[in-house]
Formats: sequence, C-alpha cells, structure tokens
Amino acid sequence: MTAIHVGNLSKTFPRPPGGSPGNSRALNDITLDIATGEMVALIGASGSGKSTLIRHLSGLVIADRGILGKTGEVTIAGEQMQCNGRLSPHVRRLRTDVAVIFQQFNLVGRLSLLENVLLGGLGRIGFWRGSLGRFSRAEKLAAMEALARVGMADYAMQRASTLSGGQQQRGAIARALVQKAAIILADEPIASLDPESARRVMESLAQINAEDGTTVVVSLHQVAYAKKYCPRAIALSGGSVVFDGPSRALDVPTLCTLYGAQCEELLMDETLGPDSASPVDDVDGVPSLRAVGIRGV
Amino acid sequence: METSPRTSAAVALPAVDGRARTLKLVGWGILGALLIGSWKGAEMRPFDLITYGGNMKVFAQGFFPPDFHNWKMFLEEMLVTLQIAIWGTALAVVAAVPFGILSAENVAPWWVVQPVRRVMDSFRAINEMVFAMLFVVAVGLGPFAGVLALFVHTTGILAKLFSEAVEAVDPRPVEGIRAIGAHPVQEVIFGVIPQVLPLWISFALYRFESNVRSATVVGLVGAGGIGVVLWEDIRGFNYAETAAVMLIIVVTVTLLDLFSQRLRKLFT
Repeated sequence: MTAIHVGNLSKTFPRPPGGSPGNSRALNDITLDIATGEMVALIGASGSGKSTLIRHLSGLVIADRGILGKTGEVTIAGEQMQCNGRLSPHVRRLRTDVAVIFQQFNLVGRLSLLENVLLGGLGRIGFWRGSLGRFSRAEKLAAMEALARVGMADYAMQRASTLSGGQQQRGAIARALVQKAAIILADEPIASLDPESARRVMESLAQINAEDGTTVVVSLHQVAYAKKYCPRAIALSGGSVVFDGPSRALDVPTLCTLYGAQCEELLMDETLGPDSASPVDDVDGVPSLRAVGIRGV
Repeated sequence: METSPRTSAAVALPAVDGRARTLKLVGWGILGALLIGSWKGAEMRPFDLITYGGNMKVFAQGFFPPDFHNWKMFLEEMLVTLQIAIWGTALAVVAAVPFGILSAENVAPWWVVQPVRRVMDSFRAINEMVFAMLFVVAVGLGPFAGVLALFVHTTGILAKLFSEAVEAVDPRPVEGIRAIGAHPVQEVIFGVIPQVLPLWISFALYRFESNVRSATVVGLVGAGGIGVVLWEDIRGFNYAETAAVMLIIVVTVTLLDLFSQRLRKLFT
C-alpha cells in the first residue's frame, strides 16, 4: 500500500531582494511513491531540497500551482494533503498521521519532557481537553511508555531546555510515538548531534520502523548513515530526484557522478563501520573518548 | 639622544574629521535654538524665584512639621489606592493577553492585527487622568472609576508589550506543535505562551508599580484613594497634612518598587 505519494511537485521561493540571481526553484517536478512500512533515506547536499520536500509532505509549506497542465500533489495514505497549491481542508486530521522530527528538535523548552511528549496526542483528543492540558492517566502512562522506549523515562520531569541535543531528539521521537502516526518524517534528525547520540536516534527510528511497521522517511546528508539504516535511498540534487533505489548502490563513483564537487559533504563519516560509533570525531572536532582509547567511561 | 626625534616622527595626531565636527556643532546649535525658541512660550521667569523668595519660604514652612494626626485615615486611603492599582492591573492583564496575541504579526493575520493595534494605540494615547475624569462621570465618584481608568490605559500598554514578546518567540517549537495536527489556538497555548510567560509576568509587575503611582493621582479628579485626600488638603491650604500624605505616598511607592523589583528578578 502507498503511504506517501508525491506527484509533479514543484516549489519556487520568491527570490530575496538583493539575493544572488539564479534558480530559486527549491523543488523541481518531484514524483515519488513510498510504500507502507518502508524506511527511506532522503539524501542530498545542503540546499538540495530535502527539508523543503519534508515540509511539503507534512503540509507545513504549500507547493506551487500546477504548471504545464500538471498539478502538484501530496497524498498521505490515499488522502490528499495538498493539491495544486492548496492545502486540504482536513490538513489537521491528516497531520496527526504524519509525525515530524526536526533538526532542531522543536520541543517547547520551558515545558517538561513529559508535557512535551503528551502534546503529541493533541490532534487526537477533543479541543477543550487538549487546550486545557487535561491529559488522562492512560495518556500519561502511554507517554511514559514512549519515553521508556527511547530510554528517556528518567528525564520525564526535566525541562526540555535543560537536556542535551541527543536527549531532546529522543524526546521528540517519543512525542512522535504518542502521536501514533503511521508515518514519521525526520528532517536531518542527526545533523546537530554527536556521533553517539546520532547512532541512538537512528537506532530508535529503525526500531520503530521494524516493530511498529511505521513508515519512516529520514533526510540525511551523510550517506554512511543511509546505507546502514535505510534499505532504500532517494537522492535529491538541485530540487530534482537524481537517484531512487537501494542505498547500497550509492558507492563513491555513483555519488561523485551525481553530485560532482558536493559529494565530499555526503561522504563525511564514510568510515562508519558496522559498529558505528567508533573512530568518529565529536562535533567540535574533539575525538570521542572511545576514539582515543579510554574505555568504560 | 637618538630616540626623541624618532618618536616625534612616528607619533602624529590623527587627522581631524571635519565633517563630524560640523555635525556636532550643528547638533548643539539645534538644541540651543530649541531652548531659546521655547523660552517665551513656557513663560520662563527664573528671577521670580528670587524676587518672591520670601513668600516661598513662608509657603515651604507651612509644610513643616508634617501633620500626622489623621494617620489612620491616610493609611486606609493609601490601602484603597493600592487596591485600585491591584484591580486595575489585574483586569488589564486579563484583557491584554488576547489583545496582545491578536496584535502580534506572527500569530494573527494583518486584518486583525491592524485594527486591534489602532484600538490599543488609542487606549495608550489618552492619559489615565483623562479616563478617570470620564469614568467619574460614567460610574460616579469613587475608587471604581479609578480602577476602570487604570484598566483601560494599562490594557493598551500591556497589549503592546505582550505582543512584542510574542513577536520575538522562537518559531520552531510552534511549528513542532503545528506538525502534530494541533488547533491554531493550541499552537499559541503550548508553543507561544510558555516562551513568553516570564516576560509577561515581569511586564505585568512593572505596570503594577507604575499603576500604584498613577492611582495616587487619579484621586485628584475624584476617582478614589489617597489622591482625594491630597487634593482636599491642597485646596484647603492644609500644607502640614499635605506633607504627611506625600511622605506616606513616597514611602509606600518606594517599598513597593523595591519589592516588585525583587519579584521581577525571579522571573527573568
């Protein structure tokens, strides 16, 4: 069954005043289908349109009206999310089925982690009960269960802003679990994380995909992670799909043909072994403790 | 012997920036012209202070010693003044929350933002004393007129401050809530309000401080509180009592300012 269908989707952003001349088209006639239960990587260098595509899939951005007789559309499980430059009137109901995980986590910093996770249920409960924040005991238990699943139950009462990036991202995954969405879209979920946190986040997403049959689309700019966790990869470049197939086919020569000079950005961490977190430097360029041989810390 | 000529050659005064100097002179010139031009309109007569110095001395002596005979009544009226400020501020906070959100450009569409902002502008533009006079006519003499005057004026101010805080929020958590499928009102409740709450509380406390000061003067037009006593004493040439009332106002306002400042620090 088709979970996500994208047909002839294009998006042009108004060129900023004084900006560089050139193509301001972020998405260029994209057509693709993703089946229920797939785990798909969306690959591309920065500026290739990965984030823009994900924001279209969740109805956060509206695409261009159809051009040349083609109408751009996004359908989620057979229902139109947007079509021909218009959002569906049922967009809020459709969004409850599409959880989004953001690069910057997008949790509410001043609320506790548990409150943040509970908010995942807002789309499924009545307006007044949701607005007053009167969550039932069963909902709270479900939220704690989701937190336990991503290994964050101990931090439930801590303010989200006091947690590290990796912890916040796992909290965001718990929020997606509480949302009970059939599809999880993750927009560069590990781009702001250190390798160990990145590994745990990717493990969580892969686990949810395997155990719950949730369709997962995750955008990445490191091919190594795509190869390790996602059987299928869709590569974007300049707003167009340039590759759609098994991720293992993305070897160095293929990437260099697709991306030219940009391929270096995608090949970062290509050394990522099956045991992942080993000799990868930390985000600040400080070698991780394991890399310098200190064990059991 | 060799060093002194060398240093004098190496060190030189930086070139004088002629344009900056001219601009500075022009600036001072404008300020001077403004002051001189306003002299006549303001009927400035500084020498009167010396000419009538004797009278003033007599007048000032009337304030001493302050007459605290009616201190019980003064304190009761000061309490009423505080109560006017409390209710005026509380009602204004309640009204400023929706108005503040509706006049934030990142939340409401322009055709809501613009009219709401213009209404709030007019609330702010008119001083609370003017509102007090109007409400005295509408609801009669007494503290309630003062409460309404402070309420309307403070709503205008807080709505602006609140909306500025809302316009500065981080949009990402709000988008996170939107992506869940939440109602737009819930985006505000859970995405915006937690972010602005500390600032809002601080603004509300600051306005409470100002409102205590304002509440002491709305009495001058009959809108209740210690201002009424002050006005009666001044009109009755009862300067010893006027001095006592003014001292009580100074002490109360100072204490409240200190207390409220402490409280505000807790939230920011």
